[in-house]
Amino acid sequence: MRLKRLILASSTAFFALTSTAFASRPTDGGWWLQESATPVMDELTKLHNFVFWIIVGITLFVMVLMAWIMFRYSAKRNPVPSKTTHHVGLEVAWTIVPIIILLIMVVPSMRLLYFQDALPETEMTVKVTGNTWNWEYSYPDYPNIESFISNPLEKEEADAKGVPYLLATDVPLVVPVDTKVKVLVTSANNLHSFAMPAFGIKMDAVPGRINETWFEVHPGKEGTYYGQCSEICGVFHYKMPIEIEVVSKAEFAAWVANDGAFTETVASLGGGSATAAQE
Amino acid sequence: MVAIPHGDDHGAYGDDKPGFFARWFYSTNHKDIGTLYLIFAIISGLIGGYLSLMMRLELAEPGIQFFENGHAYNVFASMHGLIMIFFMVMPAVIGGFGNWFVPLMIGAPDMAFPRMNNLSFWLLPTALICLLISFFVPGSASGDGFGGGWVMYPPLSTSGSPGPAFDFIIIGLLAAGFSSIFGAINFITTILNMRAPGMTMHKMPLFAWSVLVTAFLLLLALPVLAASLFMLFTDRIDGGTGFFDPAMGGDPEMFQHLFWFFGHPEVYIMILPAFGIVSHVVSTFSKKPIFGYLGMAYAMVAIGVVGFVVWAHHMYTVGMDVDLKAYFLAATLVIAVPTGVKIFSWLATMWGGSITFTIPMQWALAFIFLFVVGGVTGVMLANAGVDVALHDTYYVVAHFHYVLSMGAVFGIFCGFYYWFGKMSGYLYNKWLAAAHFWLFFIGVNVIFFPQHFLGLNGMPRRYIDYPEEFELWNQVSSAGAYITLAGVAFFLIMLVEAFIRRRPASDSYWGEGATTLEWTLPSPPPYHQFNTLPRIEDTDGH
Repeated sequence: MRLKRLILASSTAFFALTSTAFASRPTDGGWWLQESATPVMDELTKLHNFVFWIIVGITLFVMVLMAWIMFRYSAKRNPVPSKTTHHVGLEVAWTIVPIIILLIMVVPSMRLLYFQDALPETEMTVKVTGNTWNWEYSYPDYPNIESFISNPLEKEEADAKGVPYLLATDVPLVVPVDTKVKVLVTSANNLHSFAMPAFGIKMDAVPGRINETWFEVHPGKEGTYYGQCSEICGVFHYKMPIEIEVVSKAEFAAWVANDGAFTETVASLGGGSATAAQE
Repeated sequence: MVAIPHGDDHGAYGDDKPGFFARWFYSTNHKDIGTLYLIFAIISGLIGGYLSLMMRLELAEPGIQFFENGHAYNVFASMHGLIMIFFMVMPAVIGGFGNWFVPLMIGAPDMAFPRMNNLSFWLLPTALICLLISFFVPGSASGDGFGGGWVMYPPLSTSGSPGPAFDFIIIGLLAAGFSSIFGAINFITTILNMRAPGMTMHKMPLFAWSVLVTAFLLLLALPVLAASLFMLFTDRIDGGTGFFDPAMGGDPEMFQHLFWFFGHPEVYIMILPAFGIVSHVVSTFSKKPIFGYLGMAYAMVAIGVVGFVVWAHHMYTVGMDVDLKAYFLAATLVIAVPTGVKIFSWLATMWGGSITFTIPMQWALAFIFLFVVGGVTGVMLANAGVDVALHDTYYVVAHFHYVLSMGAVFGIFCGFYYWFGKMSGYLYNKWLAAAHFWLFFIGVNVIFFPQHFLGLNGMPRRYIDYPEEFELWNQVSSAGAYITLAGVAFFLIMLVEAFIRRRPASDSYWGEGATTLEWTLPSPPPYHQFNTLPRIEDTDGH
């Protein structure tokens, strides 16, 4: 059974590398970054893959070189050792070449960092507060929507609803697609970290501070996205998932007009888990 | 480096060992203290290993199987980190091999301050007892012990863990920290003042260089840890200070800066002595002197210096200013350069050599390769942009276990098998040692390689339970833990067998390749060595 899973997992992972199949949560047995849904994650994935091939190249180079040395200079094949202990050219080369590789890497790396970190003009704001142990969301732009708490589902509840345990919540954060959303992150007590892998964001929730980050989900990428708390915060650190429901702009407008509750029609459009409503 | 051989007459050393209690409990002899450190490190390693095995058992499948709750798991994870770092790796490489071989390699009769050396050691068991007590006293509302991670970030370590468990950890770590500071003072004084006549700094063996750099890192970094622990301590008192409490004008992130100002040099404290050991082993079994000796020595100095100015790369997601992140990104990448110099110099030492694949050489070769794997994922993590996806995921766990569990620990075993005959006077059974190596090598790779996949796929660290998508690689990882456990069993069997069989080791049992001063002495060395100091001849070659 495990072997079958392994084969299945390695083949899905292979296709995950090449195909653009939609994914909004960890892939079963996956071994690569989650499918991107935002420009930041697109760029992050690109840089990761670029650096990945560099480090794979370096590792293979060292591996092959070592294997050759172990073969060629074993005591059997080379009984008399040389006495060479210096070679200025070589020593300069293995200092300069890594520097050049790093310089090649640092340019796209800085570009990603500033793209990610320099907040663009955002169109709306959500505020996220980490509690022990759940997340509280509020919409400063829409005073009619009361702030609400998003609790994790117990195993039985999640199974009954057919949603993933430790990822799904009772009420998701709802945001519109194709919109630049500013996220303000803070904490009520312990440290937490608000992370959404598919969006390429992770921002620590620190008491006494309000951190900022942003995302913009690509058009056509509506759906349910899952993330998990990413800074140790105590006994239920593993059990404070983040669920974001990305809906079309029209659905979002309807949701706001309805004071943050999905109507029947919106619920059916919004996907399986988006049925919960706010009072 | 050529040494005048010592006289073979053992009697000339006045080999007057004191009685058992005085020898092992009042000991001021650097070799005996080194042995005590190594025994202590083995015991701590078994405790820390047990904690990690329990974690892997728990994580083998989704759901909560063994632990009472998430807090109990966090306690195990936190204590695994603290015990392995402060009570296994550091005592082994610095206290153990440093005490044993720094004086022997530089031709000194003992350490500069033998009584302080004794104090350094005995602070450690005291500290470990404090940590072990903390398991059994109340930590937070969720149970006994401290579950805030080895990084001890407030508010989880202040208002989040009101019980006495964390106070015991603070006291224990302060004791361990002072132990290391005393040790560092001792090593710096010994190395700077007690080298044999003719042994200039630029002729000093690389292991002594590595311990010297490490000692400076300890001396500069540990006081910062001590201060930040003390600030936590006073913050924890009701109506006490508020250094890290925003309600009192403090800032929890300040602790993270202080902690990592210590924590990052700490990483190099653990790995630099391993670099030193591996250099000697590679040179010995290639029958060639170290290639680019000066470059090797100053690469370690460079790593030590740069290691102090990169700390906030552990904090890319705390909400730092982007320009600050850009600086830490660039500074961190710089470390890859001296590290590359070391890797390539080891390869160049082997190039043209006459390599024998003995047990210590196998550990050294595995060290070099696996350290490269751990190093390049470090380059990935240094990219602040990419780190946003990988920070606090299993990718980081995989990375630092590749450089510690396979870097530092492989360096320790490398040194252990290299010097075992010298320290004990006995030869180990090659087959048992080979079984240990191969099981350990395969085991740790099976544990940690799949954790890269878990991290990329988004699995956060310090989770007792996880969504079922992560099951496959967790199963594989746990299987690796059982293989590693078998390796540890062979290590213990190897030890017992060697002390039962007592095959005597000759003075220089590795042959002509081993050129440092400890090989001019009998195995084990006499209780007091170098009554007549060895004289290092003036030669050009290193």
